[in-house]
Amino acid sequence: MATPVLDKVEAESAASPYITVTFRVRRFNPEVSEHAVWEDFPIEIDPKERVLDGLHKIKWDLDGSLTFRRSCAHGICGSDAMRINGKNRLACKTLIKDINPEKPITVEPIKGLTVLKDLVVDMEPFFQAYRDVMPFLVTKGNEPTRERLQSAEDRERFDDTTKCILCAACTSSCPVFWNDGQYFGPAAIVNAHRFIFDSRDEAGEQRLEILNDKDGVWRCRTTFNCTDACPRGIEVTKAIQEVKRALITRRF
Amino acid sequence: MSADTSSAIGSVESGPHYDVDNPAPLIEAPRKRTGKTPRATRGNFEMAAWLFMRLSGVLLVVLVIGHLIIQLVLDGGVSKIGFAFVAGRWASPFWQVWDLLMLWLAMLHGANGLRTVINDYAERPNTRLWLKGLLYAATVFTILLGTLVIFTFDPNIR
Ligand code: HEM
Ligand code: SF4
Ligand code: FES
Repeated sequence: MATPVLDKVEAESAASPYITVTFRVRRFNPEVSEHAVWEDFPIEIDPKERVLDGLHKIKWDLDGSLTFRRSCAHGICGSDAMRINGKNRLACKTLIKDINPEKPITVEPIKGLTVLKDLVVDMEPFFQAYRDVMPFLVTKGNEPTRERLQSAEDRERFDDTTKCILCAACTSSCPVFWNDGQYFGPAAIVNAHRFIFDSRDEAGEQRLEILNDKDGVWRCRTTFNCTDACPRGIEVTKAIQEVKRALITRRF
Repeated sequence: MSADTSSAIGSVESGPHYDVDNPAPLIEAPRKRTGKTPRATRGNFEMAAWLFMRLSGVLLVVLVIGHLIIQLVLDGGVSKIGFAFVAGRWASPFWQVWDLLMLWLAMLHGANGLRTVINDYAERPNTRLWLKGLLYAATVFTILLGTLVIFTFDPNIR
């Protein structure tokens, strides 16, 4: 019985792995029109490749004017977050075979930020919120001659939120942020969390006060979109709840 | 740009003509964060409002569900509700306090919930101001009127 099965596998691997996938891309070029339009690109591609490879294929072989951001292509730099099949993901971490290539794959810019061209958005409001939570170590007193020591447990306390790559997938998946971009957004809160719960840091109180703002953590409605969107698997909603709890318990 | 050549193309397309020197307006987000955005915070008001929503919610589960069962399910359902039924219940201070608590909690809870919704959806500052003004006026009016009725209810009115 084993032989026919092997034969079948061999026959299949000999066949071309390429299939035709339609990329339905949301395009906007202010130098041509004030409207964004969908454009379909049927391409031949191995479904084991990533959405980013598909976008490269389009840009390099079909239409050089397609504009998107990417740098590392390996899920580290956080520059290619986009809305793929209605869900925020990194194009470089999304395999085509995982998102049903039978149907057209929709690719849009992330929502809630000004669209500059095609898939490129203005990230400035996002980084402004990030800067506003003081994402750097603040300490008092003399600098130690060696490193600042920390126990393994103290390091573990904020381990999850150190993984953020600032891709904005979470913030731009949040319905509160879509409607009112003045909300700090999940990413800024995640990066505040990373320092608030760091035993070496001494500005936790200040950061909590910043997030107590009317556009701070209390605007979170626990929809969990951010946790679903995060390509680093950070428990974003949980981090936001921990900041809320810290704000409540430090007073009562 | 020479008017002759561009008009030949422009007339085919509908709407205004855009190019490198005359780009279309960008697709903006409704409200944006800027360097000025974290304005003066209002103390712990937002935290108090958040806590209030949860605490009042827990109490409302008991109050509202109890209210619905008494009014709509027990003793023949809605058909029994009338002036006499209400007068009978409000003869007891227990039901007076129950209804008073339910009135205040539900109104403040609902009003704060709608305040959240206005903050989410109203884009222009003026729209926000007017909607919130209307909301607060309606809330104060309903709470005061309801409280007045519960305290001054006269079962012998003719
Ligand atoms: C039956 C018990 C109730 C419970 C446990 C409850 C609980 C809650 C909670 C926890 C929230 C906050 C949601 C968030 O911030 O994410 C909320 C919002 C809200 N509640 Fe209630 N509530 C109850 C009854 C009521 C009643 C009777 C009203 C109407 C008078 C009401 C109107 C609202 C509104 C308008 C919102 C805002 C909706 C939103 O934030 O999207 N609720 N409720
Ligand atoms: S928390 Fe996750 S989704 Fe949000 S910016 Fe960081 S890496 Fe991206
Ligand atoms: S290109 Fe760097 S994260 Fe995808």
